[in-house]
Amino acid sequence: MCLSIPAKIISIDGDMAEVSTGGAVFRACIGLIDVPEVGEYILLHAGFAIQRISEEEATETLELLREIKDASNE
Amino acid sequence: MNDRGIRYIDEYRDKVLIRKLVRLIRDSAHSGYTFMEVCGGHTAAIHRFGIPSLLPPGIKLISGPGCPVCVTGQTIIDKAVAYSRKQGFIIATFGDLMRVPGSLSALEKEKAAGADVRVVFSGLEALEIAKANPGRNIIFPGIGFETTAPGTAVTVKKANDAGLRNFFLLCSHKVMPPAMDSIINDGVNLDGFICPGHVAAITGSSVFEFIPGKYGLGCVIAGFEPVDLLQSVYMLVKQVNERSQSVEIQYTRAVTKKGNLLAKQLMKEVFEPCDSYWRGFGIIPLSGLRLRKEFECFDAEKVFPVKTAREVENQSCLCGEILRGLKTPSDCPLFSGVCNPLNPVGACMVSEEGTCNTHYKYAQ
Repeated sequence: MCLSIPAKIISIDGDMAEVSTGGAVFRACIGLIDVPEVGEYILLHAGFAIQRISEEEATETLELLREIKDASNE
Repeated sequence: MNDRGIRYIDEYRDKVLIRKLVRLIRDSAHSGYTFMEVCGGHTAAIHRFGIPSLLPPGIKLISGPGCPVCVTGQTIIDKAVAYSRKQGFIIATFGDLMRVPGSLSALEKEKAAGADVRVVFSGLEALEIAKANPGRNIIFPGIGFETTAPGTAVTVKKANDAGLRNFFLLCSHKVMPPAMDSIINDGVNLDGFICPGHVAAITGSSVFEFIPGKYGLGCVIAGFEPVDLLQSVYMLVKQVNERSQSVEIQYTRAVTKKGNLLAKQLMKEVFEPCDSYWRGFGIIPLSGLRLRKEFECFDAEKVFPVKTAREVENQSCLCGEILRGLKTPSDCPLFSGVCNPLNPVGACMVSEEGTCNTHYKYAQ
């Protein structure tokens, strides 16, 4: 029920937008996002963009994980 | 990322990172740990990706009350069924509710018998149905946690702005923190919570701070991919080992401390807190949302009061105990025999995110 999927905003018309995920295009309400922009990624849930995805944070999470040393690290 | 991949999903299914996290968890898990994932989406992801099979035997993941379909009382289904039988009414519902058994019937059965029950992907589709059918009353059952409630708030505001007088909300929205508080007070033996990532995308991480503050339990707000889930387990193990229980965010790409301020503002404008019934728990104080007075003209229960019979739940069904983390599906005498996804007895077997449904599919 709380399932949300990452989708990219491809066009904006008022508080509605076309968003794309894995090649599928949906119409979504972006009224919950403060100043949304074309090209941004959002979390799509039941027809609404509920939050923007931070590219910076996404990259940092993965980089930090790659940097952690573990016992079997070659 | 190539065109076939989905950004922000594929990177978090990276085998090298998954193997590394599994090693890190194995190296740091020194004793027994029990963590509860409260989100049904997490339960489904954990079993779909086979996460328990990657963890050392000392780490146990148990499921909580985070499937809105599962914790919604039968009364709401019974009311939706009652409206569907009224002349001139259309039920516009999320697909999740179609098969949930009420006391005597389910929306799916009413549709088969000729009622006008339509599945919608969003509340806004219910508004379109209302606009296209001015002579009929449209009932939209609003279920879901903080992830879903802001969308319903927008829907109600749009209905108000458009002057629609044939759109009605059957409101059963709930909020998560009071249920987590209730679980802890129930005495379930826990070392920490895998906190719901999409609820927290709206609420922010701060709503969970009472958990380490009042109860000394760890909290990690997690994403929904294998790397997210394993990293969250690793962070929880470390919190327990180092006795540094706090609220940490693993899902930083979508969750901040403050959350989505615009969404929270809209929810506050349209809804106010109320006591709410949760299957398995009973009434949890201030755990629900109801329409504020100025939006009462959209409240289905106020405008069209309907009487329903007393709830009749199958006495052998363990959904209630399973939702509180006290039992697992295999403890239930009905599980996988009498109760299965084609013939569900309890809501936990109906919903794709229900613990019983997930265990039936992946964990047997």
